[in-house]
Amino acid sequence: MVKNTIGREIPTEFADKYGVFKGAWAKKSAYQTAAAQVHPVQPTDSKLVASIHDVIEKVGLKDGMTISFHHHFREGDYVMNLVLAEIAKMGIKNLSIAPSSIANVHEPLIDYIKSGVVTNITSSGLRDKVGAAISSGIMKNPVVIRSHGGRARAIKAGDIHIDVAFIGAPSTDEYGNINGYHGNAICGSLGYAQVDAKYADRVVAITDNLVPYPNTPISIPQTDVDYIVQVDKIGDPDGIARGATRFTKNPKELIIAEYAAKLIEYSRYFKDGFSFQTGSGGASLAVTRFLKAAMLKHKIKASFAIGGITQPMVELLEEGLVNKLLDVQDFDKRSADSIRENENHYEIDAEMYASPFAKGAVVNQVDVAVLSALEIDTQFNVNVMTGSDGVIRGASGGHCDTAAASKMTVVVAPLIRGRIPTIVDQVNTVITPGESIDVVVTEYGIAINPKRKDLIDALQNLDVPQLTIEALKAKAYAIVGTPQSIVYTDQVVALIEYRDGSLIDVVRKPGEIDE
Amino acid sequence: MRLQHQAIAGTTESSDIQIMIEPNVENEIAINLDSSVQFQFGKQIKQVIQDTLTKLGVTSANIKAIDRGALDCTVKARTLTAIYRAADVTDEIDWQVID
Repeated sequence: MVKNTIGREIPTEFADKYGVFKGAWAKKSAYQTAAAQVHPVQPTDSKLVASIHDVIEKVGLKDGMTISFHHHFREGDYVMNLVLAEIAKMGIKNLSIAPSSIANVHEPLIDYIKSGVVTNITSSGLRDKVGAAISSGIMKNPVVIRSHGGRARAIKAGDIHIDVAFIGAPSTDEYGNINGYHGNAICGSLGYAQVDAKYADRVVAITDNLVPYPNTPISIPQTDVDYIVQVDKIGDPDGIARGATRFTKNPKELIIAEYAAKLIEYSRYFKDGFSFQTGSGGASLAVTRFLKAAMLKHKIKASFAIGGITQPMVELLEEGLVNKLLDVQDFDKRSADSIRENENHYEIDAEMYASPFAKGAVVNQVDVAVLSALEIDTQFNVNVMTGSDGVIRGASGGHCDTAAASKMTVVVAPLIRGRIPTIVDQVNTVITPGESIDVVVTEYGIAINPKRKDLIDALQNLDVPQLTIEALKAKAYAIVGTPQSIVYTDQVVALIEYRDGSLIDVVRKPGEIDE
Repeated sequence: MRLQHQAIAGTTESSDIQIMIEPNVENEIAINLDSSVQFQFGKQIKQVIQDTLTKLGVTSANIKAIDRGALDCTVKARTLTAIYRAADVTDEIDWQVID
């Protein structure tokens, strides 16, 4: 067992293979990027293939290969299930899958794991049923959890080698010029898929909207695409926005958002030309609304906002309060429409968004990030991966990427959720190290990381209750009681890569309840 | 206090607990708990139910509790109400047992 610098115990076999976390900026060395195989296409060749079955044969998919998907359709994705069903039927086994994330809609994956079709997974997230199945130990090899920036890095550096990328294409021509702006299931930005298209040996576009050549704008160019397959439906447009971007009326979330906005307004980062990222959780979304009022009051405009783009950010752009949106993914239809209609709403790929080993990612330019959390501990470590019962149900997303790089990282979360405390002695799983978190905002007040003495001094007269993180934890435990720690077995079900590829934590299978 | 028949208090809404209580022919306390926070608070919830029974002098009962993340004060109140209903206590209810 090896302890990393935040005290997490990593089994030696994994520590040797990946290295352990030594600090947010510990790794910085030049490297050679991976390269994709190219199969040239000549004028008489056609890229159109009749079925998913035929294209799997054409690309020569074999046992043991790695295939990838993108999660821009979120809960509305049909592509991964369609492709895996065909692969299972054809008897191909022992595959590694490298989707940018996995949603509830991908529940059939559980059967493909059990039948040996899929034996390795790397993903940003694993939602309810798939997460619970993985936590119960159905896989021999642990899932590798990577952040959005970390995945882009791993692909570019060759840690993930994609043999075949299957890309759901809301619109494409028969030569493979793809965008997510037009069609039945529009998703807007294709930022995660752009990385796969550049580095996969074979790239297959799956579409329900074949348009005349040339299809523009070109998010993924014909020069990256081998084949195109037409199917009835690649996704459910309603599913793309499901579960996110609700406009909160919850008084707890509103007061958290109000505190967070006051904090940002009072900070030295709030000046003309500032930049920000807000997440898609209820409180995080509401921050955008309160921030808008502050921007109007002080006549301050933001240079750009980044993300995970949501409707409130689009409204700021349209009202001239934000100059540009840089967009790796859209969380609702309004945002997907905006990227098509507004030239200041601009698509970027996952590497440019957040890779730690790029020639400078956009997150490096962000002033203020507002992120959410399932758990925060008294060392400011954040968990967005496992529930308080230790079972996998969340996603790493861009959390650690944005938190590390932005100048002020604000985590918004209620002190308790039902009987579950959010501020705890020790989080079940660390996704983002405490060194990256500057301020925690709850409905009872805020706690500033003691490492940020400059913020503590600057925010002295801020009109929001200020407590230590220990005092916040004590308040939570006083209401709900002291929770018993989860008992874990030794079986590792997931490895948590930090964005630089080192292991910041592992997830173990929970044990039986100690009655 | 002696239980006369089965009784129920509480709901299965979020942050509530439903307590079903009935006389136990085995002459002992048996608590069956199903909780959304079983791992973290299972022991504590059972302890609060047991303490409430003890305070009211109930020594024999079958209890089935379905918890959806109730706080201790709610667990006490629902247990107390279920006991009084099962014991047919309708007036002169001693609320002081909730400290």
